[in-house]
Amino acid sequence: MLVPLTLVAIGVLILIDSWPSLTRFGFTYFTTTEWDPVKLVFGAAAYVYGTLVTTIVAVVLATPIAVGAAIYLTEFAPRAVRAPVAFTIELLAYIPSIVYGLWAIFVMVPVMRSVVEPALQASLGQLPVIGKLFSGTPIGLDLLSGGVVLAIMILPILTAISREVLLAVPPTQREAMIGLGATRWEAVSRAVLPYARPGIIGGAVLGVARAFGETMAVTMVVGNSSRDISGSLFVPGYTMASAIANQFVEADSELYFSAIVEIAFVLLLVGIIVNSAARVLIRRSIADRPAGAVV
Amino acid sequence: MAVIALTPSGAIPARHRVIARRRFAQSAVVGLLLTATLLAVALLVTILAYVIVKGLPALNLAFFTERPRPFGEVGGGIAPALVGTAILAAASGAIAIPVGIAAAIFVVEYRSGRFAAPVRFAAELIAGLPSIVIGVFVWAFLVRGLVGHFSAIAGAVALAVIMVPIVARTVEEVLKLVPNSLREAALALGAPRWKVILSIVLPTARAGVLTAAILALARSAGETAPLLLTALGNDFFSTDLLRPIGALPLQIYRYAVSPYDDWHAKAWGASLVLVIVIGAVGMLLRVVARQRVR
Repeated sequence: MLVPLTLVAIGVLILIDSWPSLTRFGFTYFTTTEWDPVKLVFGAAAYVYGTLVTTIVAVVLATPIAVGAAIYLTEFAPRAVRAPVAFTIELLAYIPSIVYGLWAIFVMVPVMRSVVEPALQASLGQLPVIGKLFSGTPIGLDLLSGGVVLAIMILPILTAISREVLLAVPPTQREAMIGLGATRWEAVSRAVLPYARPGIIGGAVLGVARAFGETMAVTMVVGNSSRDISGSLFVPGYTMASAIANQFVEADSELYFSAIVEIAFVLLLVGIIVNSAARVLIRRSIADRPAGAVV
Repeated sequence: MAVIALTPSGAIPARHRVIARRRFAQSAVVGLLLTATLLAVALLVTILAYVIVKGLPALNLAFFTERPRPFGEVGGGIAPALVGTAILAAASGAIAIPVGIAAAIFVVEYRSGRFAAPVRFAAELIAGLPSIVIGVFVWAFLVRGLVGHFSAIAGAVALAVIMVPIVARTVEEVLKLVPNSLREAALALGAPRWKVILSIVLPTARAGVLTAAILALARSAGETAPLLLTALGNDFFSTDLLRPIGALPLQIYRYAVSPYDDWHAKAWGASLVLVIVIGAVGMLLRVVARQRVR
């Protein structure tokens, strides 16, 4: 009974601690960006925005790669390499987030600053509407870098789930299409992928859940300074989790502390909702999960 | 098999062109898919290569045996963090492994009971929580509450909360593999339920339970965010559970965000050690798993 009790205790303690902030700021907590420990005014909109932007970037970048790799590994790869390559990609999941963070600061960020971001600015940055995303000075420590490192981190779980879902598609789906004269790709795109779609979406949602609460690696590269919401990906940002990690210990007044715990409370709620949704979707695709499954 | 017949004029028939186009579409797509796969593998290789190449030069005897020196002094190591990680692993394992196994037994052996479903559901939800949220919870519960200050035991509890769902879920799968006939045989001989579980089910699932414990330890060894709010870190050797304690991930974080090149080098070294520890644990896991198959 300790397990449900722990969950309840987590919810209750965090709710109690965020109560002063919840009652004091109400809904404006989510709509204002002023976060001022001196004047004791707290609005977390910038943190929420940073979390949303990095998460979206991560999912947009990681999903095509993960699903592509999963399709290749279940449908097209030579049989002998399927399991070893899948295992290798899953190894990425065992690298601790702090190591990703270290790698991102010293290897990825310089590349982003001097190569990737100027290139994006020179190409996509010239376009009318989406060009705004790439405006500003490339500094490397920004929302885009946060999103990219998150994308790398959610890649293994997305690949693993997509692969499992694809493996669970009955072979008759493929055989029927191929029997009608379709090429393998036609069979995959018209008979296998539609069948697996809910599970793959579930995997992406689970990736969202991971990206949402991931702390260390993002904190190290996302910039942790700007509190404004601008349309660009090239500005330093702050995510909800990194705000907790950076400010929790230095919170010196009750209200300041409570405002930070409220971020944890929001993460808790979102975590529960998103995870439940993902699991429902994946279950629908895989009736009975094999032992040792990642999910 | 499409039979290709040339039309009287000698032009390629429309059907043939369609087939060629479909074949081309297939190869183009497979090329893209292969690129995605190679990209994912390349990322792993790149990251591991950097950790090894940049980490190796930092390793020497002092790195493993001495405590960190203040900036400016040459040398020093990460020994307190190694000791801390070992203590945290032992303490969190001592909490999480029994609780996780108990939860799994609840879910599998007392499936019809009133508590089985809530236990399973709660374990899944806890597994999905961001680890920093668990850190905030343990801070409120232990650091501010029961203990009163940052302490190793708070860090161990935070890691344990993360490990319990992993242990529970893995053990659950293993217990399901124990044939029902074994349980029924023991019950038919008049053994009470608890005795069946303790002397029949768990011994049968031994290797799987061990796997679960190792898996959970491997996962928790790299956790940083919850430790930041609970164990805090410590540059001195400490074995006292009621005092702050160092840990490898905390040490890496402190060194990585510092402005000193020497500390950056040490962060790479510590990362290499952490990756090796987790890799070694993973190897152990494979060995155990292979024995189970045999």
